[in-house]
Amino acid sequence: MRTKIEVRDLKKSFASDKGPLAVVDNVSLTVQEGEFVALVGPSGCGKSTLMSMIAGFLQPDAGSVVIDETLRTRPDSKGILISQQGSVFPWLTVRENLMFGLNGHAPSDKRTVAERYADIVGLKGFEDSYPHELSGGMLKRTELARALAVKPDILYMDEPFSALDALMSLRLRNELLQILAKERHTTLLITHDVEEAIHLADRIVVLSPRPTRVQTIFPVPFGHPRKVAGREAQELRVRILSELGVDREEIG
Amino acid sequence: MARIKEILPALALITALIATWWGAVIATHSMIFPTPWAVITGTFELLENGTLWRHIGASLLRVGLGFGLAVCVAVPLGLWMGWVAGAYRTLNPIFQILRPISPIAWIPIAILWFGVGDASPIYLIFISSVFPMVVQTTVGVHTIEKRYLRAAENFGVSRRTLFRQVVIPAVLPQVIVGMRIGLGVAWLVVVAAEMIALHSGLGYMIMDSRNAGNRYDLVIAGMIIIGLIGLSLDTTMRILEGTKWARWRYAH
Repeated sequence: MRTKIEVRDLKKSFASDKGPLAVVDNVSLTVQEGEFVALVGPSGCGKSTLMSMIAGFLQPDAGSVVIDETLRTRPDSKGILISQQGSVFPWLTVRENLMFGLNGHAPSDKRTVAERYADIVGLKGFEDSYPHELSGGMLKRTELARALAVKPDILYMDEPFSALDALMSLRLRNELLQILAKERHTTLLITHDVEEAIHLADRIVVLSPRPTRVQTIFPVPFGHPRKVAGREAQELRVRILSELGVDREEIG
Repeated sequence: MARIKEILPALALITALIATWWGAVIATHSMIFPTPWAVITGTFELLENGTLWRHIGASLLRVGLGFGLAVCVAVPLGLWMGWVAGAYRTLNPIFQILRPISPIAWIPIAILWFGVGDASPIYLIFISSVFPMVVQTTVGVHTIEKRYLRAAENFGVSRRTLFRQVVIPAVLPQVIVGMRIGLGVAWLVVVAAEMIALHSGLGYMIMDSRNAGNRYDLVIAGMIIIGLIGLSLDTTMRILEGTKWARWRYAH
């Protein structure tokens, strides 16, 4: 295994009315190639800010992000961010969205690639639809397919399924796992849903309240497919939740 | 059937207004103010001798040229001001001062610069419709949601793709709104401009009908025709708002 992402002593604060507000405080983290790491933390702890810095959209005040032994300074198509609100272009069709990031392909190749990924995520037959004609789940699939089409090394997922209903979210998680089993992207996932983290990740990083730091790291020692309802998984869930400050009695 | 029910109150009001008008003219034995019937016969008189078409054509041509020129200037300028902060800071204050000046106030200067030919009203139409379109286009660029620009940045697309597939389509609905406002203003202005110093156009027709023998039936016929043409111009722009280039904006 090779180190893919190396986060060193990352710090960030924002200006506020009461002076600088520290949001990320000394976060260090290493992600191996092909690894799936979930970041969980209380809401408002600075998870998204941390992710923005790792993906290159935001410059840290101190510290560095090294990807493939190169200092990360700005975003590029080797690491695609999928966010909660989504960024599928509403004025383009599904096919045009999927073709959007394919630079340096011949037009006919772009079409072929777009069609292949539409097929993989189950969007076949919807290529000519506009986003407003799609359901929330379809929209997420479009976003995922658009990201996968450029063959990124890393997927950055910021609460990608949290706007969906529980059933759709579960379905998309399973589909994501199937895709990752074939294409082995390194994946960084932000979530507040501990069960989702246990379902998907190889390691779970618990972040502290703001200013956020790495509080504890839990390896997830289960193979895929996983039973999140299993006894061991539930024990892990209780341990993570109590790490997040939720009492055993509250979990039930 | 439902449609008929919807327009019924408006239709009833118009009928009542015409009836009141008719009754008032009869009751006051007015020698100058025409009855609705006189307006209709007057309109037919103009249609038969061909002058009505000539005046309508002249007005529409001036609006077409002035407005077309304004679109050609306003859209690129608005895009530039929206995209480049320096351009906005430099040009916006001037536009904000020029914008509230009534086009009527420009008439003396238009005559001074362009004489009493067609160029004056075209200039007036241009100056009155260019500002709302610049403002709307600039606002359109400023209100592109950051998540879309972020996605474009993430995929590392060329500047050309960024403009063609993100910025322009994102701004287009606002541009069309600006065009609708601009065309409305243009139609208001052409009639006012033609009243001053021309020998054709609906504005001229109205003034001429009064000056040459108090033909108030033709004055009112002209006013109604102006209203109807204005309505159909606006309807055309509304159809444009419903096309696929703008529809995404109003979907959901």
